[in-house]
Amino acid sequence: MIFEVFRRERKGQPFQHAGSIDAPDEHFADVYAREQYGRRQESVALWLVPRNALHEIDDFPDEFDLKYRRVDGYSIKTRLREARDRAGTLESAAGEA
Amino acid sequence: MDTRTQEFLEYVQDGGQVETGDWMPDEYRSKLVKFIEMHANSELMGVLPERDWILRAPTLQRKLALTAKIQDEVGHAQLIYRVVADLGKPRNACLDDLVSGRAKFHNVFHYPTKTWGDVGVIAWLVDAAAIVSQKALLKCSYAPYARIMKKICWEESFHILHGRDVILALVTGTQEQFELVQEALDRWWEPLMHFHGNQIPPDEDPMFVWRIKSQANEDARQQFLDGYVPQIRELGLEIPDSALRKDEESGRWLYTEPDWEKLRAVVTGHGPASQERLDFRRLSREQVAWVEQVVLAEAA
Repeated sequence: MIFEVFRRERKGQPFQHAGSIDAPDEHFADVYAREQYGRRQESVALWLVPRNALHEIDDFPDEFDLKYRRVDGYSIKTRLREARDRAGTLESAAGEA
Repeated sequence: MDTRTQEFLEYVQDGGQVETGDWMPDEYRSKLVKFIEMHANSELMGVLPERDWILRAPTLQRKLALTAKIQDEVGHAQLIYRVVADLGKPRNACLDDLVSGRAKFHNVFHYPTKTWGDVGVIAWLVDAAAIVSQKALLKCSYAPYARIMKKICWEESFHILHGRDVILALVTGTQEQFELVQEALDRWWEPLMHFHGNQIPPDEDPMFVWRIKSQANEDARQQFLDGYVPQIRELGLEIPDSALRKDEESGRWLYTEPDWEKLRAVVTGHGPASQERLDFRRLSREQVAWVEQVVLAEAA
């Protein structure tokens, strides 16, 4: 069985993928993972996940223009200028910049 | 070359990385397997010259450190064989090819270890030469291999320190101990100069073209010489190559051209210890076959 190994380096940090191990069962996987990823105290915790239990998603279609969900979907420069102009603060704003 | 392969080639040459499930040209996959399998074989075979010294290590501390280094190297072999298995070649197939002599392993592991001085030179300088290559593999176009290299480089750094400590203890000891190191250096210099391979231009090296390696052979050798020639000389040791010097103008090291035919002979199984090492690996594989059978039967 192939197990994917995730390790947490220090408390407060996220688990990160470390690699995979090949073990006949969970008991051996436990021993192998401890030896490979923990024998120098380089991890505070490990997650072992059978590879066939993972559900991976790697396609993210973007057929519609959904840029209102991203920062690059907002261009405030022109409108801000217009608003400042109208409020009579354009000069002082330029001075600050 | 078809368009898809051409695009793939441009992608990796541009620094792009590839994951296990991604499409890849067959040629790329077979080059990856060849390169990574040889690395795994080298980690596994590389413990044999050191294993010979576990029982003969001079102190308990050295014995423990050497055993730990050997465990690290076998661990590296396990991790790297996993990467090869995900590319389509199972570990047992790799081991079959290794013991039958079809697959290669690194030149430096085809030589005997005559004295404790050799053990120090291996841990210090062979591992230093290896770490130059391995650091360049952190940028390998095949991402799972590059990622595993991080852990491997981290562990190799302990080995260099262990080796340096062994060497420093010997060169500050008796005259006889100092000579032990000098003699070991004399024996290992040629294999070390062979280590990074011939001076093939990177554009003609398929491993570089596919960005499996990110460094030309000669650049790796120059980096090794830059880092370690001064460290060797400051200990009063003499490097057995009278032509070795740094050309101030080009900033490159000049040296006596190594015998590349000899390198070819060594890595194809004609080194002084090649057959003995392969025999031992074959024997131990036969002797522990029952363990695999019992473990797999119990798990089933």
